[in-house]
Amino acid sequence: MIKIENLTKSYKTKGKIIKVIDNINLDVKKGEVYGIIGRSGAGKSTLLKCLNLLEKPDTGSVIVDGVDLTKISKRELRLERQQIGVIFQHFNLLNSKTIFENVALPLRLQGNHNRNEITIAVDEMLKLVGLTEFAHKYPSSLSGGQKQRVGIARALITKPKLLLSDEATSALDPQTTASILDLLLEINETLGITIVLITHEIEVVRKICDKVAVIDGGEIIEEGKAFDVLMHPKQPLTRKLIIEESSDKYLEQVRHFYKFEKNSGKHILLLSFVGETTYQPILNTIARQTDMNFSILRGELDRIKKMPFGQLLIEFNGDHNSLGKACEIMQNMGVHYEIVH
Amino acid sequence: MSLAIISDALNTLDWSEINQATLDTLFMLGFAVFFSTIIGIPVGLLLFLTNKDGVLQNKAVYSSLSFIVNVLRSIPFIILLIVMIPTTTFLVGTSLGAKGTIPPLVVGAFPFFARLVENALKEIDKGIFHMAESCGASTWQIIWHILLPEIMPNLVASITVTAIALVSYTAMAGAVGGGGLGDLAIRYGYQRFQTDVMLVTVVLMVIMVQVIQFLGDFLVKVIRKK
Repeated sequence: MIKIENLTKSYKTKGKIIKVIDNINLDVKKGEVYGIIGRSGAGKSTLLKCLNLLEKPDTGSVIVDGVDLTKISKRELRLERQQIGVIFQHFNLLNSKTIFENVALPLRLQGNHNRNEITIAVDEMLKLVGLTEFAHKYPSSLSGGQKQRVGIARALITKPKLLLSDEATSALDPQTTASILDLLLEINETLGITIVLITHEIEVVRKICDKVAVIDGGEIIEEGKAFDVLMHPKQPLTRKLIIEESSDKYLEQVRHFYKFEKNSGKHILLLSFVGETTYQPILNTIARQTDMNFSILRGELDRIKKMPFGQLLIEFNGDHNSLGKACEIMQNMGVHYEIVH
Repeated sequence: MSLAIISDALNTLDWSEINQATLDTLFMLGFAVFFSTIIGIPVGLLLFLTNKDGVLQNKAVYSSLSFIVNVLRSIPFIILLIVMIPTTTFLVGTSLGAKGTIPPLVVGAFPFFARLVENALKEIDKGIFHMAESCGASTWQIIWHILLPEIMPNLVASITVTAIALVSYTAMAGAVGGGGLGDLAIRYGYQRFQTDVMLVTVVLMVIMVQVIQFLGDFLVKVIRKK
């Protein structure tokens, strides 16, 4: 559905040339939810803007649904943009217009729909996002989550095949974020719309992405299926973003209550498991087959899209042999472990 | 002063002249506000759009337009009145009277109003432009469907400010025999020492300004109810 080839983009500020995007190549398949994560300043916002040519790349092609956006006229680009929906971090609703008029805007811009068609389309969209009663209210009386729903309704009204999401949940609280992500997932599954989203929150990728690309310094440093990249990151920078962040985060929180003693026979391991393994009695099996005692310091059992996974920070107390045996057991059960201390 | 003295004084005034002066002022004000607005809005839009990062970014157009606007704003109105005599005659057939004052009033006011329009446009969130372009809107569509509706409260407030500024400009119309309340105040009050006339005309102008401000605030409130 989307093919990005040899994309580069540089900015000139104060005499210096900064390469924001450095030779990026990407493929997004139809119906996929594709996430792009990275730290602030990594280039992800610019990359997304290149997808609908809001930013013109210096070199490279952006081929959306067979059309190379970098090679068409201004007028043709406008027509192509009407087939790409975009949602934004700060919603970008028009305060002077009602919710109805905000959602209707893309159709009015197309100019070839009559009053009846517009009313039917808007009503349908408002129903999809659950805001039918708000049609005649103004954005100033809506909450953040509701505003983003309006943004989604507006983005989808021209029945686009592609939806771009520019940190759409970054300005929302966790519960609202979850409900918006649910809505996006529902839209992707029932309408088959391809979604490309950028975010700096790993939770977002975990919840809805099929594939993810990690961007750093203008380059894609890792790319693949969401749970592969999240559970078993290959690049050190990716690990830094994901796993080490988790274990550092855990260790930080644990440090308040726990004293690390060197050579005390205690080892701290970070266990990760995916799929069915998540529900196996891992710790119980280890406890029974070795002589180790263990304490759970921190844990998380969750899902990456529909795939269950878990991460546990465990303190194992026992001798070296027992630890070796425990590791063997974990390996046999398909548990990925990492000795943190 | 007791009420009797005030009513005596009021009775001795020539109200027909004051009435005519009031009508003249309103006549000048009405046309000046109207033309300043319809010229100022496109000029303000152009200034905004051709500026750096604007949709129609054009350094040459922006700098020249900005320069012209700045120059016109710097010329004292009384000098503008005189300098424009040939142009005014060409446009409306005379450089005298209420009619002859309107072109200079418009030329004096529209640059000021255009800057207010430009400022109002600058207050629109940049994200709105990203959204508009992402929807495939053309520049005209952005102006008509998005920019003008979004700045409407600000626009009405700016027109109010401009109208009130124009009230004091019309006072100088007397210099070209323009008539109006200001002219009356100067001729009778200043030149003939008839303080009572001057007082009455000033009070009338104060009332005029109050009414304009009230109407403006009311309209902004109505538009902003959203």
